[in-house]
Amino acid sequence: MRYDKILIERTKDINKEEDLSLKKEDVEHIAQLSRIEFTDEKKEKFTEEISAILDYVDELETAPTENVETISQISGLKNIARIDEVAESLPNEKVLLNAPEKHDGFIKVRKVFENV
Amino acid sequence: MSKELYQLTLLEASDLLKNEEITSVELTEAFLRRIENINPKIDAYLEVFTDTALKEAKESDERRRNGATLSEIDGCPIAVKDNLAMEGEKTASASKILENFLPPYNATVISKLKNAGVIILGKTNMDEFAMGSSTENSAFQVTKNPWDSERVPGGSSGGSAAAVAADLCLAALGSDTGGSIRQPASLCGVNGLKPTYGTVSRFGLFAMASSLDQIGPITKTAEDAKLLFGIINGYDEKDSTSLEKELTANNKNINDLRIGIPKEYFAEGLNPEVKKIIDESVESLKKLGAEIVDISLPNAKYALSCYYIIMPVEVSSNMARYDGIKYGFSAKDAENLIDTYFKSRSEALGEEVKRRIMLGTYTSSAGYIGKFYNKAQKVRSLIKQDFDNAFKEVDFILGPVSPTTAFKIGEKSDDPLAMYLSDIYTISVNLAGIPAMSVPAGLVNGLPVGLQVIGPQMSDLDILQLANTFESNRNELPRAQIQ
Repeated sequence: MRYDKILIERTKDINKEEDLSLKKEDVEHIAQLSRIEFTDEKKEKFTEEISAILDYVDELETAPTENVETISQISGLKNIARIDEVAESLPNEKVLLNAPEKHDGFIKVRKVFENV
Repeated sequence: MSKELYQLTLLEASDLLKNEEITSVELTEAFLRRIENINPKIDAYLEVFTDTALKEAKESDERRRNGATLSEIDGCPIAVKDNLAMEGEKTASASKILENFLPPYNATVISKLKNAGVIILGKTNMDEFAMGSSTENSAFQVTKNPWDSERVPGGSSGGSAAAVAADLCLAALGSDTGGSIRQPASLCGVNGLKPTYGTVSRFGLFAMASSLDQIGPITKTAEDAKLLFGIINGYDEKDSTSLEKELTANNKNINDLRIGIPKEYFAEGLNPEVKKIIDESVESLKKLGAEIVDISLPNAKYALSCYYIIMPVEVSSNMARYDGIKYGFSAKDAENLIDTYFKSRSEALGEEVKRRIMLGTYTSSAGYIGKFYNKAQKVRSLIKQDFDNAFKEVDFILGPVSPTTAFKIGEKSDDPLAMYLSDIYTISVNLAGIPAMSVPAGLVNGLPVGLQVIGPQMSDLDILQLANTFESNRNELPRAQIQ
């Protein structure tokens, strides 16, 4: 018996009430935001897989978080900034070393606006 | 001498170099030969720096002759994970999108190793951008477990753990976001320390989830982990989350230690044979004089869900830099700017990376951020509070690292959730920013099992000491037999 399967099954039971399944249109929308294209086949696979993961993580609904603060920095540091002093930085050729296309010391991009 | 040079621990090699019984060139050559013979069987390395390693070894020997060694481990050859920037050497984070990327600068840990005279043998394989628990998500190759080549080495630092277990280096560096040092260390039978968040600079570590990522050592012994950790830790102004406070040791005697056993880590889901080894390990520390107490981490059950919201949100943000414009793979057939983004990312990012970007984009998007991300950040507070409360009562927490031993290659690769569950005992540590270590504890059917030692923030040196005490008192374990 796969022990991880037991855990998945158990969590599915907890989450029966609410349907968090994504629709294919949702996946298309997220793909657009993420700047990634998918084939129809992949869209369907991702719809299924991401829905299963969302179903799983929905157990957080049962966590007792009333009056609990959110945490975003674990070691308690606040507003860390370096001293505003001029320091050595990478030379231009090193910065451009890996640029796929460059021209006269600049990174070259393809056209940004249509019909201009 | 009964041992082959490649079988030495970091400390032993350091002593032999110091006493001038061996040279760094001899040692480095022994590893390069061993890599040539063994690496094709397990594919732990992505890149081996034969010429540079030998050149640096010669320089190290020269320094030693002149009485100018740079550190305790000057001349010792080690391996580093492929997500640590090394100036002028291909560093890809095992991703096609960075296939020919040449970092223009060194990660702070790489500079520290070089300043200590350490020889870097090569870059080790990993899951693409450290996303995975088996090293199967590498865009380039699948690393095999040196104990059984049909099984995974764990991940994401699977190449580093396999290289140490198969004597392909004296020690290695890995990175740990949800268990990526400890789980492969456990599955390969080596030591792996995930340090306190902020003690090792992340400058030059290719980011996965920045509030969780931490670099640490993977070694043959606990003493070696201490030695290597001593070189890489310390404040760095280039990492705004770096801690200025210095690490100190409590040096408590084992008779004065209280060790907590969280019942949540021993519930259903844990393989009974793995459990038996962990129980025996706890018993051995009890016999040495430690007081063992039962504790509870009531919110531990939420850790995996909390992690699979927070981590992908940070991933989706960090991965936005791979746009096909500034560096890395760029689709040649794109017509305009936005097309460059879509085509480059779609073609060159792997499936797990895309899955996490998609998941993180969704759970942080308008309408869902409250339900998912903000809720998860509150749960993260609860998980941290659990540990804070526990460490008022106990000095350390012990438990398993992974619910099972190494699984078969391909066994979980089509089931993302099953793969995520292999990190169930390791991720709360990252969420709480505390240190933890995997120490080899025994074997189940010829496969290694690691014991996890967890301590409060900044207790790294004490964890290393307890790991050493445990290691020196347990039966000697065999090494992976790979010839």
